Amino acid sequence: MGEARDGVKVKRVVFVTVGTTCFDALVKVADCQEVKDELYRRGYTDLLIQMGRGSYLPAKSTGDDGSLAVDYFTFSLSIADHLRSASLVISHAGSGSIFETLQLGKPLIVVVNEDLMDNHQSELAEELAERKHLYCSRPLTLHQTIASMDLNSLVPYTPGDATPVAKLINRFLGFPEES
Amino acid sequence: MEKNTSCFFSNSSPNLVITCFVAFITIILVRFLYVIYRTGKPLNKRTPQQTLSTLIVLGSGGHTAEMINLLLVLQKDRFTPRFYIAAATDNMSLQKARVFENSLVDSGAKGISAEFMQIYRSREVGQSYVTSVWTTLVATAHALWLMIKIRPQVILCNGPGTCIPLCVIAFIFKVVGIRWSSIFYVESIARVKRLSLSGLLLYKLQIADQFFVQWPQLQRKYPRARYVGCLM
Repeated sequence: MGEARDGVKVKRVVFVTVGTTCFDALVKVADCQEVKDELYRRGYTDLLIQMGRGSYLPAKSTGDDGSLAVDYFTFSLSIADHLRSASLVISHAGSGSIFETLQLGKPLIVVVNEDLMDNHQSELAEELAERKHLYCSRPLTLHQTIASMDLNSLVPYTPGDATPVAKLINRFLGFPEES
Repeated sequence: MEKNTSCFFSNSSPNLVITCFVAFITIILVRFLYVIYRTGKPLNKRTPQQTLSTLIVLGSGGHTAEMINLLLVLQKDRFTPRFYIAAATDNMSLQKARVFENSLVDSGAKGISAEFMQIYRSREVGQSYVTSVWTTLVATAHALWLMIKIRPQVILCNGPGTCIPLCVIAFIFKVVGIRWSSIFYVESIARVKRLSLSGLLLYKLQIADQFFVQWPQLQRKYPRARYVGCLM
């Protein structure tokens, strides 16, 4: 599991992101032993947590003792590089994080923040889960989702297109149609 | 002579005032109805070289990313000069907009014709509704100040609460004749079954000239909206 010929372990990184929000429930559950064990069991080697404005600090670990290596940070201007090098992304239900991940073609588990008032975010996560583009979970059910997920069953997301809107805007303003 | 003049004024000045007042109200009302009638009607044809000053309202979370996604496919030489507005407490949005504008220069645009401004928020997340009354008034005054400076011909917004004072003022500018603007509202991709509060307000008040939604469920619920599919 994850060992290449010359003994160098192939890194399979799980990237957890809460975007610009405070979502301690996700950070806590990602850092809990149950979830970490499940991720390790499924072949992941590293856990990197972007914890945003939260106050819960995960416990860093080098992973030398046959467990997940754990690291964390608060913010970065762009998480694109972290997303690109991840084998699995676990994200809050923000549309920015979701679509950035889907457009990179990365497997995604979206965790809905139940503490948010008027949780419209869950609408998007549930709709995309219904279309099989990602898995949708709650903090308390995250480890079950990880245990039972079949990433091969996910349908790749075809990126959207803003040109229809641009055409309508131009037409409304009286600009001639482009050929 | 003077006595006659002062008699004339003291007798008829209440009538004069009332007449002026009624005339004023009538003009405003007629203008108001005209704006309602013209809202949503496409503008007259124009040449492709014409430019339109554009106000772009940014918002924290996915709003700015969605807006930049739209700007990528709009002709930058038509929608210029561009004015970006973000809430004062939103740190990342204007930064992202600056990066976007710089990338345009890098790929051959002649120079940056963009300005970046911050606006006071009407209400912070979780703020009490009582104090929100005052902060909304402050935000509206600030919005008025900015709108007088910018007087945009096109307004692009996609959901953050900051767009409401700006769009309402744009509407008033249309009524009063300060500037005719075309207001385009694209409801966020995160809104699948219900409109955001900003969207609901602009939809019900019929302030937006064109109201776009990204999911079919919303188009079924709000028939005056135009379904354009997912932008992201």
